[in-house]
Amino acid sequence: MKSTRFGLVAAAAVLALTASACGSDDGGSGGSGGSGDSGGGDGIKIGIKFDQPGLGLKKGNEYTGMDVDVATYVAQQLGYDADKIEWVQAPSAQRETLISTGQVDMVVATYSITDERKQKVSFAGPYFIAGQDLLVRSDDSSITGPDTLDGKKLCSVTGSTSAQKVKDKVPGVNLQEFATYSECVAGLVSGAVDALTTDDTILAGYASQDQYKGKLKVVGAPFSEERYGIGLKKGDTEMCTKVTDAIKKMINDGDWQTAVDDNLGAAGYKPPAGNPPTPDACS
Amino acid sequence: MVDILRNYDILGAFWVTIQLSVLSAVGALVIGTVVAVFRVSPVGVLRVIGSLYVNLIRNTPLTLLMASSILGLSFVLGLSISDQATRNAYWWAVIMLAVYHAAFVCEALRSGVNTIPAGQAEAARSIGLTFGQSMREVLLPQAFRGAIAPLGSTLIALIKNTTVAAVILGTAESAGLLAQITENEGASLGTFFIFALGFVILTLPLGIATTNLSRRLAVKR
Repeated sequence: MKSTRFGLVAAAAVLALTASACGSDDGGSGGSGGSGDSGGGDGIKIGIKFDQPGLGLKKGNEYTGMDVDVATYVAQQLGYDADKIEWVQAPSAQRETLISTGQVDMVVATYSITDERKQKVSFAGPYFIAGQDLLVRSDDSSITGPDTLDGKKLCSVTGSTSAQKVKDKVPGVNLQEFATYSECVAGLVSGAVDALTTDDTILAGYASQDQYKGKLKVVGAPFSEERYGIGLKKGDTEMCTKVTDAIKKMINDGDWQTAVDDNLGAAGYKPPAGNPPTPDACS
Repeated sequence: MVDILRNYDILGAFWVTIQLSVLSAVGALVIGTVVAVFRVSPVGVLRVIGSLYVNLIRNTPLTLLMASSILGLSFVLGLSISDQATRNAYWWAVIMLAVYHAAFVCEALRSGVNTIPAGQAEAARSIGLTFGQSMREVLLPQAFRGAIAPLGSTLIALIKNTTVAAVILGTAESAGLLAQITENEGASLGTFFIFALGFVILTLPLGIATTNLSRRLAVKR
């Protein structure tokens, strides 16, 4: 008798916990996710980062960054004007879910193409090839790459691919992990940590921010390859082909170069080798 | 799913969660008892200090306390516990969890003290016990017995709040590891379920035990 009651309590607790996982913090204006059809219909929902300077940043009602420019260009090629785009916040952990549940039509949010992710979503692109790099204070010449990190304090984001990679690359590294990169940048500027590591695009975005201009620099010795793609609903080859064509057109037009220079160029950042990339064929 | 269990040290992460819980629970109990004594003491200054502590700490978000421990105290003021960043963050997490939950422990104990008829405190003082002696011999033992249920709730809250340590601690602890698994394998209900189950296993027996204990240890009046 007593044990069944406890069983019920346990079941109820588990159910409540599971149900809360399904909630979404997207306050968007309802409506089921649009299909991939082009033709200037109701509009298009695009997932971007809201908190990544230089890539996808929300300031008031303004959206800026390279991802935003790429997404705007691609949407335009698909037949959606800029005012038909509804921007949705796509935090890293929610990107697959946002796509597979149809809450967004595409995700352009520093989304690296990996085999694990390909099992859940389809990718168009890459539209940019980034690499993991180090951000240091501009007067610091002692750090030139991952081999020179002995005795240095490093900072990255909890559980991120960059944090894992640097742990593999530099065993015993003195790594402080925070919830966001902003905290790392604060620590770097104050001198409490010596370097911040993640994709060079993200680093260049911070280095280009007005309040850090001249204080921080990207080392420029990338030690990984992150191929940023546009995440689409799994198996939507038709959409994928259209988006890939749009990316190719953007690169050939020179709009791609403009987007890179406008958003990341301020701190003297040069895209690593392999850029501009050739998008993969859709499958 | 089996791959995730094999590739990631989920048990190890929960072990760190348990370490954080036990260490900070002990700390919270000690600090909370001291603050509770302050709040019922006959000295006005101590009562003010006690209520300031409770109202200040209780109303500050734990995430803020965690982040400010590293960003403010450790980085700006240089109060580092260890040169190794992960060790430093670990002990700051323990301290902040203890400091935060001490406010709740204090209030649970104070409500325990308030269940004791005022006549007992007066009787203790009138037979010549000092404030400290009457606290130790008469009031606190009964207060603890009366406060077991709310203390249990605080402990359960503390265990779940250890996940907030992920904002400074990295992947050593369960919420951080969950973030890493999500990053590598994508978000899945199964992974989430494993971690939710882990916390249910940690907290459910505690709730049952403290409810039983509070019934058995209740002071019969």
